Amino acid sequence: MSFRARHLLGIEHLAADEIVTLLDLADEYVAMNRGPDKHSNVLSGMTQINMFFEASTRTQASFELAGKRLGADVMNMSMASSSLKKGETLIDTALTLNAMRPDLLVVRHPNSGAVNLLAEKVNCAVLNAGDGRHEHPTQALLDALTIRRAKGRLHRLTVAICGDIAHSRVARSNLILLGKMENRVRLVGPPTLMPAGVADFGCEVFDDMRAGLEGADVVMMLRLQRERMDGAFIPSEREYYHRYGLDAEKLAHAAPDAIVMHPGPMNRGVEIDGTLADDINRSVIQEQVEMGVAVRMAAMELLAANLRRERAEAAHG
Amino acid sequence: MTLFFQNVRIVDPEAEEVRTGNVIVDAGRIAALDAAKPPRDARVIECAGRVLAPGIVDIGVQVGEPGARHKESFRSAGLAAAAGGVTTMVTRPDTDPAIDTPEVLEFVTRRARGETPVNIRHMAALTRGRAGAEMVEIGFMLDAGAVAFTDADHVVTDTRVMARCLTYARSLGALVIGHPQDPGLSRGAVATSGKFASLRGLPGVSPMAERMAFDRDMSLIEMTGARYHADQVTCARTLPALERAKANGLDVTAGVSIHHLTLNEFDLGEYRTFFKLTPPLRSEDDRVAMVEAVASGLIDVICSMHTPQDEESKRLPFEEAAPGAVALETFLPAALRLYHAGALSLPQLFRAMSLNPAQRLGLPGGRMTEGATADLVLFDPDAPFVLDRFTLRSKSRNTPFDGARLQGRVLATFVAGEQVFDHREGQDHAHA
Repeated sequence: MSFRARHLLGIEHLAADEIVTLLDLADEYVAMNRGPDKHSNVLSGMTQINMFFEASTRTQASFELAGKRLGADVMNMSMASSSLKKGETLIDTALTLNAMRPDLLVVRHPNSGAVNLLAEKVNCAVLNAGDGRHEHPTQALLDALTIRRAKGRLHRLTVAICGDIAHSRVARSNLILLGKMENRVRLVGPPTLMPAGVADFGCEVFDDMRAGLEGADVVMMLRLQRERMDGAFIPSEREYYHRYGLDAEKLAHAAPDAIVMHPGPMNRGVEIDGTLADDINRSVIQEQVEMGVAVRMAAMELLAANLRRERAEAAHG
Repeated sequence: MTLFFQNVRIVDPEAEEVRTGNVIVDAGRIAALDAAKPPRDARVIECAGRVLAPGIVDIGVQVGEPGARHKESFRSAGLAAAAGGVTTMVTRPDTDPAIDTPEVLEFVTRRARGETPVNIRHMAALTRGRAGAEMVEIGFMLDAGAVAFTDADHVVTDTRVMARCLTYARSLGALVIGHPQDPGLSRGAVATSGKFASLRGLPGVSPMAERMAFDRDMSLIEMTGARYHADQVTCARTLPALERAKANGLDVTAGVSIHHLTLNEFDLGEYRTFFKLTPPLRSEDDRVAMVEAVASGLIDVICSMHTPQDEESKRLPFEEAAPGAVALETFLPAALRLYHAGALSLPQLFRAMSLNPAQRLGLPGGRMTEGATADLVLFDPDAPFVLDRFTLRSKSRNTPFDGARLQGRVLATFVAGEQVFDHREGQDHAHA
């Protein structure tokens, strides 16, 4: 078991054993976070900068809390209102920040691949907190940890990912992770919200929600990303809710012990019934938030360890 | 000066053959192709079996004048062309401002004169400002030397405007060059839709967008009878429509860029913006179909679509980066990949790179016959090298072939019998 990655840019670059290593460590942090002393010093002396080029409350708060609980010095930069508006390019912003010698850079950006570009230009560890429609690796990892704890395993499960697949980086990261861990993945949603070439992804595709949920162990709902849509994807939200919104009746097609997940923020009454989202017997949505902090702590600790080793090797020539 | 090319492999795209012989060039023209010995006072060039071919006639070179001279000037483009074996550059009107009045056309004609060692001709916009609303003064600009009319990568979406432009152009015999790409389907797209674009999270466009737009243009050509050239046909699904148009007797030809013949969508890799092109790189199946279409002659022209972009325009997230690649200097070595792969013969390549574009635009050049203008390229098709983009003569170095292993070096380039490039002094050219 080991973790070799220098950055966490996407699940695509992680091997199955790295995923397991990370989740095992995250389990320890879940225990720590539930105890009275929520503090460790593994990132003591290190600087973590959160750069969010796209507004986010929960992910940014989760990364900030994770860094602080590990003893890092954490700085938040809301880039949506900063020098980019004054015409500075992403690379110049990255180089400026790099000169301040951060150790961990957490980046969210509205463009796919922007975090990869940034990682090429800095010499600290970069964590992708979501780039465009590409990847959101810590979300997939926290989903994996939630599933593993609820189901007791992370393999040979049938997972239905439902809704706005086309605009979702969460769906891509989850699809890749669940595939690497040898699960059956189904994508469920209207064909206008399916990405092109989806038939080649190694998963099953359904445009009928009830058929897609049949016997599923995990039902993962996605947020309808209205802000990324430029018209004519769905006729109306009420028709969407009627055909693809998760309610008790549709959920009845899934396995009796199926869990319900949602990465948040939820559009209640659009993709999920509010009562169902709050049903503690089925919904693990609050657990997902809790796992998020633990998974981000684990990811930062592992990346920081690799960074320290790399710097020590460089120092010794 | 009289030149004597001794022991040279001659590419004749019209006769579709390669033969070894001795070539005499005199007074700017090819005087003999099977001479036994050099005339008196001739400069003898011992070629040792290297290849002599008609110089490349490149339809669709973007030069940054006016508007972006820091990206490419006529001088830097001309030096790059000479080094690449391109003997005639046909420039695009997608400048700033667009070449859409006789005055702007006259300005660029004057600016370019004497700046480039190779021939240069200009295309003009089809509509004012390339905005798709008002026709340019096609007659005046034909008189001023425009060789074709095109809005480059802007599509005239209003079919009534397009029909009138075509009808008017037909009355003057002007060639209209279209960019077949449905603007609705392709809006916002930066890649070809499919598994790869989806995994990378990049907005994609279906290849069908090209076929739809091409079909529309063919309907308008059938209606108006205009002369039409599609700048780039890149998808297999467009080919049956092209074949049908030709079979129906429409005056239609089509081109394809060298990049779409040698690269595919996977080359984007981890968001490499030097591979961001218009239209986007296609699937491998499409690439192979395009190569076969060039071999059969269905696609008439290979062009470079030389599009200089500075570093700032490319060092951006993929969706925000400017599209396009420089290609004047890598055109021939990239094309020779197809020759070395056994996909296209040398006569097939030079038919598409030299003969057909010259004939379509009514320009001299492209021919390897006695009496033809001596616009020639002498090259070693086998010489291997690794491309370092910082050795390019273009002011912009946005080539997708940086670090690529290529085979084939231009040794010398001649325009009307005058040598304009010699590889031995190749690296010494001052960077203009």
